[in-house]
Amino acid sequence: MEENIEFRLNGKPISLKVDGERRLLWVLRTDLGLTGAKYGCGEGHCGACTVLVNEEAVRSCQVAVKDMQGREVVTIEGLAKQGRLQALQEAFVEHDALQCGYCTPGMILTAHALLRANPQPSTSDIVKGMDANLCRCGAHNRIVAAIKSAAGKSKGGL
Amino acid sequence: MFDDHYLDLDFLDESAMMPVNRRQFLAAAGSGIFLFFTLADWPVIAGEGRPGSAPQGLPADFNAYLKIGEDGRVTCFTGKVEMGQGAITALAQMLADELDVDPETVDMLMGDTDLCPYDMGTFGSRSIRFFGPPLREAGAKGRRVLMELAAERLPAAVESLDTEKGVVFDKTNRQRRISYAQLAQGKKIVRQLTGVVALKKPPAFKSMGKPALRRDAREKVTGQAKYAMDIRVPGMVHAKILRPPAHGAKLREVDLSAAQEVPGVQVIRDGDFIAVLHQYPDVAEKALARVKARFDRQVSGLDDKNIFDHLLKFAPEGNVVGRDGDLQKGIGAAAIILEETYFDGYVAHAAIEPHTALAHVEGNKVTVWASTQAPFLAKGEVANALGIPADRVRVIAPFVGGGFGGKTRNPQAVEAARLAKLSGKPVQVAWSRKEEFFYDSFRPAAVVEINAGITPQGRISFWDYHVYFAGQRGAVQFYDIPHHSVMSHDVIGRGTGGPHPFGTGSWRAPGNNTNTFARESHLDGLAVKAGIDPLAFRLQNLADPKMQRVLKAAAERFGWRPAKLPSGRGYGVACGQDAGTCVATMAEVEVDQGTGHVRVKRLVCAQDMGLAINPEGAALQMEGCLTMGLGYALREHIRFKDGEILDLDFDTYELPRFSWLPKIETVIIDNKEGDPQGGGEPAIITMGAVIANAVYDAIGVRLRQLPLSPESIKAALNKRL
Repeated sequence: MEENIEFRLNGKPISLKVDGERRLLWVLRTDLGLTGAKYGCGEGHCGACTVLVNEEAVRSCQVAVKDMQGREVVTIEGLAKQGRLQALQEAFVEHDALQCGYCTPGMILTAHALLRANPQPSTSDIVKGMDANLCRCGAHNRIVAAIKSAAGKSKGGL
Repeated sequence: MFDDHYLDLDFLDESAMMPVNRRQFLAAAGSGIFLFFTLADWPVIAGEGRPGSAPQGLPADFNAYLKIGEDGRVTCFTGKVEMGQGAITALAQMLADELDVDPETVDMLMGDTDLCPYDMGTFGSRSIRFFGPPLREAGAKGRRVLMELAAERLPAAVESLDTEKGVVFDKTNRQRRISYAQLAQGKKIVRQLTGVVALKKPPAFKSMGKPALRRDAREKVTGQAKYAMDIRVPGMVHAKILRPPAHGAKLREVDLSAAQEVPGVQVIRDGDFIAVLHQYPDVAEKALARVKARFDRQVSGLDDKNIFDHLLKFAPEGNVVGRDGDLQKGIGAAAIILEETYFDGYVAHAAIEPHTALAHVEGNKVTVWASTQAPFLAKGEVANALGIPADRVRVIAPFVGGGFGGKTRNPQAVEAARLAKLSGKPVQVAWSRKEEFFYDSFRPAAVVEINAGITPQGRISFWDYHVYFAGQRGAVQFYDIPHHSVMSHDVIGRGTGGPHPFGTGSWRAPGNNTNTFARESHLDGLAVKAGIDPLAFRLQNLADPKMQRVLKAAAERFGWRPAKLPSGRGYGVACGQDAGTCVATMAEVEVDQGTGHVRVKRLVCAQDMGLAINPEGAALQMEGCLTMGLGYALREHIRFKDGEILDLDFDTYELPRFSWLPKIETVIIDNKEGDPQGGGEPAIITMGAVIANAVYDAIGVRLRQLPLSPESIKAALNKRL
């Protein structure tokens, strides 16, 4: 059941002929060659596959690609503009807010959506907003500090 | 004066000393200065890493090297991998200081078995401790080679030369200078580094001992960092493999016809090894679901409740791992005796990146990109499985998405290689989360029995310790106890078979988490019996100044005020040793007696790790250890029945989350004169005991089995009532 699906990906229009029931994660990673969104569990438990869809954090392993029709999808590859890191990315670097880095794209994009909705979050807002994203290396406290600092620096870090 | 003991290889036949791929590499590597150094000179490495025995055809005397390129950039080739622990940053700091270059100009080429020297694997908190010293020495010797080359070029007497940030200059006339880049231009110079040079001392360090941010962060925040699952080669397909429902289950019958009907699918069968290949992993997964298979299961009757009885029944005679004095004398001297048993369940590694490998066969050569902590081990595993010589296998470990000991063995690399050979295509095998939990080499369930006594003066008079199946790391006690015996009852090796119903293996600080939980819980038990503050009790039973120092440092930062247990404050203390490092942790917890829920409010951890090469990276590792340790202390354990794993995803197997996180404070003892010790594991070992001890202090209930789940705390409270 291949169908034509058109949406914007990292600021550029794309058109796909694809089985619309396939999960966005695998279409991104294979058909489109964007490997920044990571597979961690495939069930929506870990958040490693998080991308932005119309500025909201979405688990790309859980959504069908046909649901992207006409939407704006941003992956971690689309966050830095002209090689300039976005404030959250900068803050993650400055705070050493990562170790193995595998959960990092999902963390940054979840935080991005969080700051979009709540530009000046309290610590407990951040903890609540990030709680469904898993990190096994234990970078949590630094991730919270990085998000706080990005929020403070640029009106929501965006 | 310089020792002129290095051997100039320009006039020798390099091919006689290098494996084919090394020679090819040098031929293709362009101009530059190639510096080889010899790990075999370092007995501690030779003993562990076997370079002296020329593993896999590598010559024993040319097994590590540096390259200085025409652009002045330094490449360090190492078989170590970067899996989050930060070796990519700290090793570069060590090399840069001795070579006298800016760390920014050092590139780390890691974990490629064709380009890098043999390495046993990245585990045991060994990279800085054991690979670091020879790397520093190579840097120092390399600097000397560059000065000799400069002496010829300038020309000048070597004795009048010095270096600074990648430039050799004449001390008598600083205008006379030549950069490392200029020395490398248009030349191919190959040198073997030998002889003796002095390493720099702390006052001369420019990078070592100073905090440095992660060098790999930019790649990791932009999605550019490549992990094994991100590697793409033309024509590759993704495999999904038929798995049994339980360990020990045997395939009885299988019908592949429905899977074969899926367009674009290739079904591979080699005996019981059945896989579905497709250009998209999700389509392969759907096709695999159409395979109809029946398995015969084995009924062992074993589950996570009765496993401890089973283990004790299976326990072999013990080995003595520490003994002194005469236990009978110690028992005679004791006024109070405490005998207890401690239990620890199976725990998963649960790295967020599952085991993954991509295998590509070209001609007679197999290249495997694998998520592995041990690329050279994986190379051997793949060669054995395919029945080909090891020099026809190249394993490359890109960034690894967490290891924790779980990526030491590499079954997924073998699976990918077999499928690549059978299908004639490049094949990627990426385990699903369920496969990851099913095939994990869990931290082994274990039992510890301790019998110990104290004199009327509050001194421990004897210590009789038996550990079953955890392993002996961390079993030897370090208190000042005149009569003690430590026995480990275990089977050789891990893996499947033996007493465990599935594979077990090394889990971050293997053995030590269980041993430290038991020992430090028992110390608190003795302190209760003695009616002495648990910190004071430890200090009065310790002769080791290093351990005393970390305890005092933690107490100072924590603001520890002495009190008899249980004080109701929810304070806990525990200490231990791992990978040469002494660590002491203090915790403050709050226990909800209605729900049994433990909230850890604050953790303070002090560590003496000798010279901390990168104090920032070391603190990051300590925080990671404490955070990860919350998991096994409070929630994590694998439930199973008859070989079936019941926790197969993060919904029921709970990892520590943001909302669990206490305030964490770390203290690294200033010990710049000490040799660098391990940093990736030590701080995790205290987490079971420090929280169990704090829970006892809060509610007066002693739990002797991890994890301290709400159910177990409620059960213990009910038992008390």
